[in-house]
Amino acid sequence: MPHWLDLMLQSLGPLLEACLRFTIPLTLIAFALGLSLALVIALARLFGPRPLAALAWTYVWIFRVTPLLVQLFVIFYGLPSVGILIDAFPAAVIGFTLNIGAYASEIMRAAIASIPKGQWEAAYATGMTPAQAMRRTILPQAARVAVPSLSNTFIALVKDTSLAAAITVPEMFQAAQRIVAVTYEPLILYVEAALIYLVLCSALSWLQSGLERRLGRYGGYLEARA
Amino acid sequence: MIALQAIEKRFGDTPILRGVDLTVPEGRVTALIGPSGSGKSTLLRCVNLLEIPQAGTLVLGALRLDFRPGAAPARRDVLAVRRQTGMVFQNFQLFPHRTVIENVTEGLITVGQWPKEAARTRALELLERVGLAQKAEAWPASLSGGQQQRVAIARALAPSPRLLLCDEPTSALDPELAAEVVDVLAGLAREGMTMLMATHDLRLARRVADTVVFLDGGTVVEQGPPAELFARPADPRTRRFVQTLLGEGGA
Repeated sequence: MPHWLDLMLQSLGPLLEACLRFTIPLTLIAFALGLSLALVIALARLFGPRPLAALAWTYVWIFRVTPLLVQLFVIFYGLPSVGILIDAFPAAVIGFTLNIGAYASEIMRAAIASIPKGQWEAAYATGMTPAQAMRRTILPQAARVAVPSLSNTFIALVKDTSLAAAITVPEMFQAAQRIVAVTYEPLILYVEAALIYLVLCSALSWLQSGLERRLGRYGGYLEARA
Repeated sequence: MIALQAIEKRFGDTPILRGVDLTVPEGRVTALIGPSGSGKSTLLRCVNLLEIPQAGTLVLGALRLDFRPGAAPARRDVLAVRRQTGMVFQNFQLFPHRTVIENVTEGLITVGQWPKEAARTRALELLERVGLAQKAEAWPASLSGGQQQRVAIARALAPSPRLLLCDEPTSALDPELAAEVVDVLAGLAREGMTMLMATHDLRLARRVADTVVFLDGGTVVEQGPPAELFARPADPRTRRFVQTLLGEGGA
């Protein structure tokens, strides 16, 4: 067996373990929290009273125009200076959640705004309250518009979790770094880590097309907007 | 009793309705006609409060709403009015993410709290009535415009509204598809459904309406039975308008 293959097989266990214990949980928790936050922010910007909408706008602005790595450093290394100490994993969850919240809220806001006014009117004419119209009529249609972009955000998040290595989260990329420190084989280990991200993200984009097909089963997308 | 009294509506500084009085007799069909911009669609939308008038009164059975500038009517009253009216839109506005039968049951279940099975039974009856029971499980996007509008009529009728509002129900349809919608509306009229419709479809107004109301510049110019109003319009504005409609090759 060639040396590189032997090393890859030996490292596969620790890398997959780091992936299962940190990369995947971090992705799922941050994405779930981020989407919930994004919906609140999107609704605040679309329908909230002016001060609330302005606050939401400011939040989105700050998190979209500063680097994710810098945000993580501020939370993990910066906040202790003012007495706020957060462990590495929760700090990463907070950082990624706030980042996803900002990006996904823009996607959701655009998707909700893209549903024609006539759909609101049809829901109101049926006797629905604004909340019912939103839940039963607007959000299901907006979801279909938003899913492709949100899936991209999700796949980007899987890859971005490697930044958590920089704030000491022992996720997959950091596991690779640790093995490199003892084997001095950076090419083999980093390529291996890249391959695992490749498989993970390819599986996700395959799931994405399935979800899009399911959401799109009612057809008429282009006709409805022609 | 269904009536609008002294209704005024402005969009910004532009007055659309300037004190409209209109009584809609129950069990009858009233058609609003008039040039575009005359306010007929706006008037219709004031009845189910998709537009809130700045002044005037709406009477719908036991409900009486007085409008004042800057004061929105109570949420409870708005919902009560909408639950007693059904609306058919020019562009159908079916819910595209719900099947035909779900479009009809949606209001019954979400708003009326009907049990699912009862709602389905009621929806199938209505789809039967508009001749689309066999399309119950289809998606709206797979239907022709005429079929979509018939589903929209079934949806509007589901909660047995006291009044059916139709905003240009045939304007988005080719003549042969419009004909199937006119047939359905004529059937409802025979059964005594109270309807108020905005239209410039002469065939629809002639065949279905008991009273035609001619609006121009946000006021009622004249009204009467269609045969009379179309044959012997009293006001020169009505005469001009009827002539343009006939000139378009309607009838």
